[in-house]
Amino acid sequence: MLFFVLPFSTLFGLFAVIPIAYAVVQSLFIVQRTGTFGRAREVFGGLTQYGRVFSDVPFWTSVGRVLMFGAVQVPVMLGLALLFALLLDSGLVRGRWFFRLAFFLPYAVPGVIAAIMWGYLYSPQLSPFTAVTSNVDLLSADLVLWSMANVVTWVYVGYNMLIIYSALLAIPPEIYEAAKLDGAGPVRTAISIKIPLILPALVLTTVFSIIGTLQLLAEPQVFRSFSSAVSSTYTPNLTVYSTSSVPNFNLAAAFSVVLALSIFLLSFTFLRFTQRRGIR
Amino acid sequence: MTVTVPAPVRTPSNNHGGAVQTSLLSRVVPMGIMTIAAVYVLLPLWWLLVGASKDQGQLADGNPLWFSDLRLLSNLDQLFAYRDGIFLRWMLNSLAYTGGAALLGTLLAGMCGYALAKYRFPGREVLFNVILGGVLVPATALALPLFLMFSTVHAANTFWSVFLPSLVNPFGVYLARIYAATSVPDDLMEAARIDGAGEVRTFFTVSARLMAPAFLTIFLFHFVAIWNNFLLPLIMLGNEKLFPVTLGLYTWNSQATQNPELRGLVLIGALVSIVPMIAVFLLLQRFWRGGLNAGSLK
Repeated sequence: MLFFVLPFSTLFGLFAVIPIAYAVVQSLFIVQRTGTFGRAREVFGGLTQYGRVFSDVPFWTSVGRVLMFGAVQVPVMLGLALLFALLLDSGLVRGRWFFRLAFFLPYAVPGVIAAIMWGYLYSPQLSPFTAVTSNVDLLSADLVLWSMANVVTWVYVGYNMLIIYSALLAIPPEIYEAAKLDGAGPVRTAISIKIPLILPALVLTTVFSIIGTLQLLAEPQVFRSFSSAVSSTYTPNLTVYSTSSVPNFNLAAAFSVVLALSIFLLSFTFLRFTQRRGIR
Repeated sequence: MTVTVPAPVRTPSNNHGGAVQTSLLSRVVPMGIMTIAAVYVLLPLWWLLVGASKDQGQLADGNPLWFSDLRLLSNLDQLFAYRDGIFLRWMLNSLAYTGGAALLGTLLAGMCGYALAKYRFPGREVLFNVILGGVLVPATALALPLFLMFSTVHAANTFWSVFLPSLVNPFGVYLARIYAATSVPDDLMEAARIDGAGEVRTFFTVSARLMAPAFLTIFLFHFVAIWNNFLLPLIMLGNEKLFPVTLGLYTWNSQATQNPELRGLVLIGALVSIVPMIAVFLLLQRFWRGGLNAGSLK
């Protein structure tokens, strides 16, 4: 038994449990210097770093930004994924294998590469869509957040579609018989039968999307070289990264602890909330 | 008295959603939606292919969505020759990080999930819940403390500093546990024991085979997760010889404002970097579907 459990547990402890504990410990220290150029030494600072986190305006602005991003991007993406999955499952679409494959392809493209590619597509000098990019600055301060939302949607819509579609395929066909006898059309069947039955898959995709949104990093980091509107504190994760490269590890550790707790809380609250509504 | 049964409008297809009636409209609208969406999904990839095959000076000239002069091969030459072939090295690094860590990580997660499903031991539920909590911990929150830890033992900026943390895949344990619980019968394990096989041997000769579909699914998910992980190598690595291809292309792209010749290399590099992955996807797509379903069983 130990032979099976120990290798994973050891690595899990070393590279998941201890780092979190280490970050918590680090976040409780502050760096003190004697004089301007004196030796830096770490002294226990209690919750000093957390005080700085909570009074850090750019950080909370970035938190608000990703929450706004998620509030729009997650429903749009999952709504589209659900629509595509239902259409695939409805029997009204020919060449299902083609659509399944085509939609899934962007998932093979890492976020960084996808962001670079779309960055080119958005840039007025390089984009093939000059009619759009010469009239609308997709990289401007107003729009760049939504341009990034498009990149994330592009990468993940097919992945989510396949999760939902697989759940639809797992519904036993007999369930549809009664609906058919009652004369329910495809739309009615989808709304009254299919969607309630695949709610667990929708919950799963939502939780993963929430986690993904709050971790937004690669896209804004790449977009910094395309748009001056993306600052080094544009998303919470960018704040952690740029704080650590200043370097102020203790403050960065406090940021990441707050961030991890927020993600944990949000996913948990969502799971609890949906479970109370009778989803197993 | 005879009952007239209306002739079926359309023979039922292999799909079970079962359209009752198919008017022209209900066929055209869904096909239209799916086609537009497919264009949205595929067009950027098509543009990348076309753009990568052009003379770099011509990127902006001509029809951006159609080939002008097929320079794909000479562009490839240039990509692989640039700075003593650093790009090839990045590709091989990616293969080692993702392929190696995903293979080993899958085995470890599979063994752990198997034990959690098949053996009763004190602390089993606690361990499972802690691991499950690990699924919700954002990878980005781990990267920074990991860097600090590796720095204190002077191991940051090494191959292992990215490889070792990549081995841990709590979601894989979760999947393996679900799968082992339903697909490995206790009777069979008992039979193997009676035949004199030890627990380890039973696992590798009997159980692991039954769990093969789960192993494949875990491997695929793990592979993509490492392939997509950007922050860990970004924080951990300073030596560009150790970069995975994503980080390499990212640095080229950031330098392209000063050095515009890199633009073309970034494009062709992006194309080359995603081709192997797309090939793997196409080859393994039927396993993906099974795996995605396993993930949504809750």
